[in-house]
Amino acid sequence: MDTTGTLFMPPQHSTFAGQVDSLFYFILYASTVFFAIVVFGMIFFAVRYRRGRKQPVEAGPSHNTALEIIWTIIPTVLVVIVFFWGFKLFLKMNVPPKDAIEIKVTGQKWFWSFDYPNGASTVNELDVPVGKPVKLLMSSRDVIHGFFIPDFRIKMDVVPNRYTITWFEATQTGTFNLFCTQYCGKGHSEMIAKVKVMGEREYEDWLVSGTKAGEGMSLADFGAKLYVSKACATCHNVDGTANVGPSFKGIFEHQVKLSDGSSVMVDENYIRESILDPQAKIVAGYQPVMPTFQGVLNDREVDALTAYIKTLK
Amino acid sequence: MEAVPERSYLNEPKGWKSWVFTLDHKRIGLMYLFSIMASFLLGGIFALLIRLELLHIGGKHIMGAETYNQVFTLHGAIMIFLFIIPSIPAALGNFVLPQMLGAKDVAFPRLNLASFYIYVFGAFFAVYSMMSNAADTGWTFYTPYSTTTNTAVISMTLGVFILGFSSIFTGLNFIVTVHKLRLPGMTWYKMPLFVWGLYATAIIQVLATPVLGITLILLILERLFGIGIFDPAMGGDPILYQHFFWFYSHPAVYIMILPGMAIISELIPVFAHRKIFGYKAIAYSSLAIAFVSFLVWGHHMFVSGQSQYAAMIFSFLTFVVAIPSGIKVFNWLATLYKGSISFATPMLYAFSFLFLFTIGGLTGMFLGALATDVHLHDTYFVVAHFHYVMMGGTVMAFLGGLHYWWPKMWGRMYNEFWGKVSAVLVFLGFNITFFTQFILGAKGMPRRYYNYLDQYQPLHAYSTYGSWILALGFIIMAVYLIHSIFKGKKASGNPWGGLTLEWTNSSPPPPENFIETPVLKYGPYDYDKLPAEKLNS
Ligand code: HEC
Ligand SMILES: [Cu+2]
Repeated sequence: MDTTGTLFMPPQHSTFAGQVDSLFYFILYASTVFFAIVVFGMIFFAVRYRRGRKQPVEAGPSHNTALEIIWTIIPTVLVVIVFFWGFKLFLKMNVPPKDAIEIKVTGQKWFWSFDYPNGASTVNELDVPVGKPVKLLMSSRDVIHGFFIPDFRIKMDVVPNRYTITWFEATQTGTFNLFCTQYCGKGHSEMIAKVKVMGEREYEDWLVSGTKAGEGMSLADFGAKLYVSKACATCHNVDGTANVGPSFKGIFEHQVKLSDGSSVMVDENYIRESILDPQAKIVAGYQPVMPTFQGVLNDREVDALTAYIKTLK
Repeated sequence: MEAVPERSYLNEPKGWKSWVFTLDHKRIGLMYLFSIMASFLLGGIFALLIRLELLHIGGKHIMGAETYNQVFTLHGAIMIFLFIIPSIPAALGNFVLPQMLGAKDVAFPRLNLASFYIYVFGAFFAVYSMMSNAADTGWTFYTPYSTTTNTAVISMTLGVFILGFSSIFTGLNFIVTVHKLRLPGMTWYKMPLFVWGLYATAIIQVLATPVLGITLILLILERLFGIGIFDPAMGGDPILYQHFFWFYSHPAVYIMILPGMAIISELIPVFAHRKIFGYKAIAYSSLAIAFVSFLVWGHHMFVSGQSQYAAMIFSFLTFVVAIPSGIKVFNWLATLYKGSISFATPMLYAFSFLFLFTIGGLTGMFLGALATDVHLHDTYFVVAHFHYVMMGGTVMAFLGGLHYWWPKMWGRMYNEFWGKVSAVLVFLGFNITFFTQFILGAKGMPRRYYNYLDQYQPLHAYSTYGSWILALGFIIMAVYLIHSIFKGKKASGNPWGGLTLEWTNSSPPPPENFIETPVLKYGPYDYDKLPAEKLNS
């Protein structure tokens, strides 16, 4: 277990975290008091009034208006406090400040992609500056997903054909987990991304270089990097074993059987088509679940992935 | 103490046909009992498989991700639709309710039998789904996942649709029975609280279940014909499905817990030999819960994208519905005061219930409060919370009731020593399994994960060890209960000193329940009218 958080909660890395935790611990302490009253009362009565005891049994009361009013009023007051506290904070968590950086989040089976204001994009890594509000405009390409960053205490469902919004302001640089929390099938528990919080300067530099990724690398090396960073790895292995999709090992210049019974030779064009229009030809024995990367990968990136697949003999 | 009866509902009439076509509510109750226990066993095995897979990180220990998704779906669907919902009303309620009212049977015995066979028929579809290519949607069947996955969603939802009718028929039967078949002189306020609880439950069953039926039919039509009601590409709305679903399924939480509370309201006064504290408060809080439970469904959807103002209202009403449950807990506690408290097995379950249900209810506050729910929603915290309510609450109460009425059902006692051992093991195992999950969830562990990050491993391991203790407790229970049917000590008509009418006949009761029309000598909890010596032994 990570030891940096409190007993129950994970570490606090956003401006909300401390506020949510205050409410959490308030409820926890109040509940503990109630729980203690019930359990100690129960144990005390059970022992004190156990059957067969020496003292004679006298009939206890079956009513006590004062007592009944008290044990209705006190919990009522308490829950009203908790309600208002929770609601006020919730509103704050739902209204992003005007000057927030806006990042587009797309969830699909089973990875996250992020589009930044200057045109840069990433997969399974959300890059943000520290100390600046960030607004997330989110939607899904297939089923409902859930966007959850425990260390920031934010969560929002990501729904097809509609936008949902959440925001946060990170208080510390570092790398944090981002989970999918709405069950979405086989890869649900692999749909984990990283949130990378950087210093402001570092973030500006990253934004600029983000659009020029892969420079100074061989095409195949760049492809190997994209294979992981663009989440091909969640569905494709490179060691010859099948995952959700077929392995890339040794497919180049080999025949592959398609679901309609025909076969096709794997060449550059077939790979390109598989990436940009995956439903066009379905490999036999697999489900047509590969998402299209049209608009996610640029030409250079498709070239790089193709070059990489060619190296996997 | 009357002698063991020669003729009882168990041996008269004879022959398998007399069981299969029986109209006797007691026999139907028993047949339900066997069916739900079989379901409980199946659902329990799935639960153990889930915990075993999660013992270590990495997955692929005993099953793959797709199988895992099917297994947790089956676990949830079986436990909820085939076990908990019918458990107390259809099995124990069927057996006890008419006896408590001094009636010969329920109002519509044929409908009662039909309800049982509809249950079997619905279960058949669910099992068919399991055998073919089990649904992998989770028991909530959220769209668009459920409309696009290639597993057997239709047979599962059709099964649940059919089971709904069984539930409606039972509820309808109980409502009419309570109104029409009470013994003359048994006014509403002289009814046992178990009857009040089942009555409130029946109202929800009759009013809410049709909505689930309609929702599931829409889901099936969507899958078969693509009608588009939940499909955003055709102008439909997947969130609408969630509204429909929870409009039933939140009240359904109370279909599950109200009967549990109702049993506790019997056990505590009987085993404390003490008049119940606040009879009317308990009775009316059941009705209040039943009513408000229809208005809180949106608290399952605080982060679904519904409007913040809707969320506010749902959050507020959620806190409103918490109050009557709290009042009940205080009433039960006050009933112990100056009682004469026995530690017989059913009472151990009542103590377990008080302990666990209080945790279940209080942790609901974290989820009802909007800001904390954002963090906790869809994590193990929610899993732990509803297991404390459903298993720590309803199942503990069910087990308490089962042990309480067991001698009435069979005319035999189970072994008290093993009963206590198993009650303690179940209590310990339950807490080890599920308390750890509160911490897991608060630390951020999402639910329905086949694999997880290394930092969560120790707590997952404790949870799995706990499930083994729990299993051991249940195995012991199965052994001594089955043993007692054949070899148990003979039980008297009223082994616990209960004052409700089912304890005035013999154990097991005659087919017609009462040979002579019973007389209401005492109100259900009039222990204050008994001589004091009688109370302390
Ligand atoms: C959600 C899972 C998933 C992801 C993510 C995914 N794929 Fe696929 N992919 C599949 C499946 C399933 C198939 C086989 C069915 C088909 O042909 O569409 C496939 C087929 C392919 C094929 C054809 C393979 C063959 O043996 O003929 C190629 C090439 C391919 N994918 C490349 C990629 C690349 C490159 C990426 C990352 C940019 C990627 N895929 C991401 C699931 C996925
Ligand atoms: Cu998801």
